[in-house]
Amino acid sequence: MRSFLYVISALSVVALGVWAYQENYRTQEAMREVRALHGQIGAAHERLQMLRAEWAYLNRPDRLRDLAELNFERLRLLPLMPDAFGKVGQIAYPAPALLPITNPVEVASDNAPEAADDDPEEAVQ
Amino acid sequence: MIRTPLRPLARILKARDRGENPDRIEAENRRLRHERMQDRARQRAEGRLLVMAGVFLLAFGAIGLRMGVLASTVPEEPTAQARGNPIIGQRADILDRRGRILATNLQTHSLYAQPPQMVDPQKAATDLAAIFPELEAEELLEDFTGPRRFLWIRREISPEQMQAVHDIGDPGLMFGPREMRLYPNGAVAAHVLGGASYGREGVSSAEVIGVAGVEKYFDDRLRDPANEGAPLRLSLDLSVQAASERVLQGGMMLMNAKGASSVLMDVSTGEVVSMVSLPDFDPNDRPRGPAEGDQGDSPLFNRAVQGVYELGSVFKIFTVAQALDLGLVEPDTVIDTSGPLYWGRFSIRNYRDYGDELTTREVIVKSSNIGTARIAQEIGAERQRDFLDRLGFLEPAPAEMVEAPTGAPLLPDNWSEISTMTISYGHGLSLSPLHLAAGYASLVNGGTRVTPTLLRRDRPQQGARVVSEEVSARARAMLRGVVTDGTASFGGVAGYRVGGKTGTANKPRPQGGYFEDKTIATFATVFPADDPRYVLIVTLDEPQIEALGETRRTAGWTAVPVAAEMIRRAAPLLDMRPDVASPRPAGVTLTSN
Repeated sequence: MRSFLYVISALSVVALGVWAYQENYRTQEAMREVRALHGQIGAAHERLQMLRAEWAYLNRPDRLRDLAELNFERLRLLPLMPDAFGKVGQIAYPAPALLPITNPVEVASDNAPEAADDDPEEAVQ
Repeated sequence: MIRTPLRPLARILKARDRGENPDRIEAENRRLRHERMQDRARQRAEGRLLVMAGVFLLAFGAIGLRMGVLASTVPEEPTAQARGNPIIGQRADILDRRGRILATNLQTHSLYAQPPQMVDPQKAATDLAAIFPELEAEELLEDFTGPRRFLWIRREISPEQMQAVHDIGDPGLMFGPREMRLYPNGAVAAHVLGGASYGREGVSSAEVIGVAGVEKYFDDRLRDPANEGAPLRLSLDLSVQAASERVLQGGMMLMNAKGASSVLMDVSTGEVVSMVSLPDFDPNDRPRGPAEGDQGDSPLFNRAVQGVYELGSVFKIFTVAQALDLGLVEPDTVIDTSGPLYWGRFSIRNYRDYGDELTTREVIVKSSNIGTARIAQEIGAERQRDFLDRLGFLEPAPAEMVEAPTGAPLLPDNWSEISTMTISYGHGLSLSPLHLAAGYASLVNGGTRVTPTLLRRDRPQQGARVVSEEVSARARAMLRGVVTDGTASFGGVAGYRVGGKTGTANKPRPQGGYFEDKTIATFATVFPADDPRYVLIVTLDEPQIEALGETRRTAGWTAVPVAAEMIRRAAPLLDMRPDVASPRPAGVTLTSN
């Protein structure tokens, strides 16, 4: 019984050692990854900052106004003036969507044999 | 194990034969056995003690070694913790009220030279001068061949320039990372933002510090890493600001003015939605202040905050509102306006003759100096001063700009009766347009004090009461009357029910007295007059136009049309819907049942 306990404890020490060894290396790996990610985040931040600055620069009001004036022929953009406001009642309701056709009507000429006579009056009868 | 018998038979028989006591043999053997047992026990105990000592030695040794290692190595931050965002070390951005960028940072490079490491200073100097047109090859060569070991060449260079310098290929030319403050909108809101420059500079980084405006006022907050780069949100609206600048620029040119300013303020929160001062500058390339001459004519001068002017008749509404609040007059009380009004050696005249009697309302609508002065006489100096103090007119307007304290009002040394009378119509007391905006906002918003702010707020200010709510409503009705049938008839904007008061003040001469042909034209407006949301102050410096065969310098002909156009442009951008009595919608027949 005693020797069995010795074996068990020795085995568990070995197992714990293996586990600690693996944890150690996993931690180091995770830390390396964190460092790499921090680096990436930093680079992304810098890029984002640059893009945001560029976006703000390209959208600066002076430039947009000049572009709107240059492209007036095409876009017909005007400054927002009080007469641009309307009432909800002035907007037409959207046209209702057409329902799918569930009972198609056979058209007389559909797949019909060539009519002998093209007289419309006879076709009506 | 072989146990030795205590009474070995051979020895006992022998001892019996000799007549000895065999028990002694047994005692002797027992003693020996005990000795052996004792020895074994001692040995084992000693062994255990040794092991224990070894364990302790190892443990203390390990601890001692670790302590030695810790004591002798360079301290290092633990890296295994999950840290916060380690990247934010920059100056925070400045945003407008809707989150659009007003100021941000850009990563660029600086260029410096270490002449001792240069291979070919001649070539480097000529090539650098070719890349940067503002550099002189001779001067560079002198620097490169002189005794200097280090010199800055450019503080900020673009990536293209950096590549070109790389292509020179001289090992003595080096780059350092450099953060640069960028104002992407150029001159828009230049006076509010101010500008930034470099503080202490190193090769690997440089301090960006604010030099004026909001940038300087909030320098500590913008640079504080504890805020993790949280942006500073201003009350300005970029599109309104840009539209206001455009309109004011056009108006200034049309009216031949040499300067102009405008302040648009929310009446309940005190937020400054736009603040323009013309001429302006580009904060990306902030010019130096003028070494001599009038600071007030420099583009750096913020007319809306720093410029204190005698603003003229726009002041009358304060006098009348106070008189209404004190119960001295009612809107239809008749005031004697026969003139001129003499007080000592001074005389007060009206701009035009409006007859001998006007009601209080007409005094405002027609802008009668004499009428206002008579009302002020009834109020008295003490009460007038106290009222203006409650409006915040006796100290600099508390805007969050470093220039704000320089806009201190100019008060009369001796607040005599004649001062009271001239102040009542806006002479003898100089204020900035920002003061006036805050004063109008306090007057029309229901009568509670508003202090101007440049920061985003989301709730109305709960200021001290200045006038009663009823007086506020009456003042608004009078201001509306000025536009509908008074001096500001060009100020109407369909759907926004503009109310306002014009003011034209002759500029004081530096030697004393007033210029005849130089005026400050001001239009202070509130819109919509019945449910006020914004106050707009437009000031033109020395406007002058030819209209109907006359040279016009009054606000009614100059500042008012500019302000009206500004409201027409700004109000839709502020999500204000014009309230036009619309004609009957087409295609709908109204019936009753």
